[in-house]
Amino acid sequence: MAAPVTPPPLDALREKIRRMEGRLGHRKAAAPLGVPEIDQKLPGGGLPLGALHEVAGGGDDAVNAAVAARFSAGLAALTGGQVLWIAKKADLFAPSLQQAGLPPTRVVFVEVESDADGLACFEEGLRHGGLSAVVAEVGRLTMTASRRLQLAAESGGALGIAIRRWPRLANGADFGKPTASSTRWRVSAMPSAELPVQGVGQSRWLLELIRTRSGESGVFEVEAGDGPAGLRIAGAPTPPAHRIGVVAALGY
Amino acid sequence: MLALRPRQRIVSVWLPLWATDRLRRELGDAAPPSDVPLLLAGRDGSRRVALAVDLAGRKIGLSVGMPIAKAQALFPGLVVMDARPDADREALERLALWLQQRVAPIVAVDGQDGLVLETTGTDHLHGGEAAMLRDVVHRLQGAGFTARAVVADTLGTAFAVARTTKDAVVVVDPGNCAKALSGLPVGVLRLPSETVSGLTDLGLTRIRDLENAPRAPLTLRFGDGLVRRLDQAYGRVGEPIHPIRPVDPVMVSRNFAEPIAAAETIARYVGLLAPLLCVELEKRGLGARRLDLMLHRVDSAMQVVRVTLARPVRDSKYLTRLLSERIETIEPGFGIERMELFAAQAEPIEQRQRVSALTEEPTADLSGLIDTLVNRLGSDALYRVVPLESDVPERSVQRVPPLAPVTDASRWPDQWPRPTRLLSKPEVVQAVAELPDQPPRFFIWRGIRRKVKCADGPERVFGEWWSRDAERTVVRDYFRVEDTNGERFWLYRAGDGEHGETGSQNWFIHGIFG
Repeated sequence: MAAPVTPPPLDALREKIRRMEGRLGHRKAAAPLGVPEIDQKLPGGGLPLGALHEVAGGGDDAVNAAVAARFSAGLAALTGGQVLWIAKKADLFAPSLQQAGLPPTRVVFVEVESDADGLACFEEGLRHGGLSAVVAEVGRLTMTASRRLQLAAESGGALGIAIRRWPRLANGADFGKPTASSTRWRVSAMPSAELPVQGVGQSRWLLELIRTRSGESGVFEVEAGDGPAGLRIAGAPTPPAHRIGVVAALGY
Repeated sequence: MLALRPRQRIVSVWLPLWATDRLRRELGDAAPPSDVPLLLAGRDGSRRVALAVDLAGRKIGLSVGMPIAKAQALFPGLVVMDARPDADREALERLALWLQQRVAPIVAVDGQDGLVLETTGTDHLHGGEAAMLRDVVHRLQGAGFTARAVVADTLGTAFAVARTTKDAVVVVDPGNCAKALSGLPVGVLRLPSETVSGLTDLGLTRIRDLENAPRAPLTLRFGDGLVRRLDQAYGRVGEPIHPIRPVDPVMVSRNFAEPIAAAETIARYVGLLAPLLCVELEKRGLGARRLDLMLHRVDSAMQVVRVTLARPVRDSKYLTRLLSERIETIEPGFGIERMELFAAQAEPIEQRQRVSALTEEPTADLSGLIDTLVNRLGSDALYRVVPLESDVPERSVQRVPPLAPVTDASRWPDQWPRPTRLLSKPEVVQAVAELPDQPPRFFIWRGIRRKVKCADGPERVFGEWWSRDAERTVVRDYFRVEDTNGERFWLYRAGDGEHGETGSQNWFIHGIFG
């Protein structure tokens, strides 16, 4: 993975700032997505662990959050540990999570009645330290709430993913409001490539990295292969077979 | 004063046939059959009278207090046995202890055939008040006891409703005591029998008559006990419940010279008591599964914080934290003068070897987090989902408790893509498709018309004839379709497209792919 080369003085300055902020204990690690084009836009060459990330679906998916959930499951699977999945509506289909790399042994589900409960559990899970990722489906996310979550993620070291899911399409405008999350993604379904035979091709997503703290934003067209293969830029040649085992699961 | 009273929920359990039910249970097979009247005899002065009569006996007209000789003369077939009030009492206390372990920390024996539980703040652990009461009544019935359980804001109301209702379970909603009481007879107010007959002589037969009558003359004539019982039932005056204690409890306590009330002070003393409790637990090699923090207030009311744990725990810091999270639910009123921390349920702690092989990765212990979340949300809110062997998608998943053992071997079959969202109920869509086995050309879902660009299928799922007769011929044909926007859906046709008996041939949407 070609991480951006940082000049040493900048590193020293960052270290100094970290010391001032009192966050010496957790030097952030990052989980590479296995797609060089995306990873080089992210700070540290991958998705920062111990940070809050936001994922929303584009179009109808703002309400259904199917693509967003699948993408988030793939991200959570990258971390390799136990995952807490908090949702208000229990319509997630677990076999699909298994295909995205999260087998039943790795996920504990929490069903909450209100967004407030959900956020409280989210924070509790991030702070706990034993989980590698916490995923929560939330609607409204205020600056204050997201800052609390970001701090909790920093102290616990878990990957926090807030799937933004709204009861109505109109509420989706909420996604534009500022939050303290480290990255912000929007995933939308795209028509798949035509196959020479009848049938449905590999899923294709428009992946918009809208915001990255100390990184770059970008728009990618990705294809997510069947099974534990991972994302790849659409139109690029299929990765050689030996990489399939190495790149962590991102489902299709 | 009214505003300072904490919100309480009191359960009254009435076991109307306690003595006879208990005897039948004790005798087992040797007991007289349930259709033979059973009568328990005791002495009232020089006479032998019936102290308890079972259901069959009541049906033929026997009643408590009837002389034995008269009953035997009337019904020669009945069985008379000696009443054993001490054994009854002892058994009732054992039952109270059992309820204390299972349901709520404050349980007291109420008379000869009743129990009182304070369930304030514990019902969410059992899925709500109605579910909690149903569970209690079912368990008692399963053991052969007739039981009624009523929950209300005050002991007086719960007691009165339990003794008059015909339903096994009644929930009197908060603030509804007056409504529940008004039509009941004065006899259920727990008054001495001479007071009741005196009131009846005056024509005050219902509680509402009593409530509307002027108080001073009543007090003058019957003493202040009458008005106090009335006020207790309506919740105007508190009524302490003196809970039973297990014989050898794991408990630590602290008395305060000055009553404490501030949340920080309570938290500090919780922090002092928890390590002491852990020392006690360690002496016995136990860990707490359920903790009760009992706070005695100066006005003799009691506040309880109950915490449940997924595994036996003896870590004082952790117990302190769990208890501290619930401090906000305490209403200290005028102050707390005594604090007791009590391991209501304790189990031996198993020592486990941590990691046996170097290659084995240590798995994080989530029980702490799970305890915290369960105490906040209730035990149903947390679960893992494991595979069940079924081809019907909604039946292929099963919820299990979060700490249930799940092996790596339990996996769903992986050969077909599965949708990320599964609708809880498949929704009908209008679709046009070629018969018998072509995917739809387009479909209309929630008012939006979607043209199908490409599709995979059909994946045929047969009904499970072994679980339901009606499913013998049923078939679903699943298709994975992609519309022109690239969104993917899981549609199925109820039926095989040829034979009417396989289904209605309507199209449904069942899931959304990611």
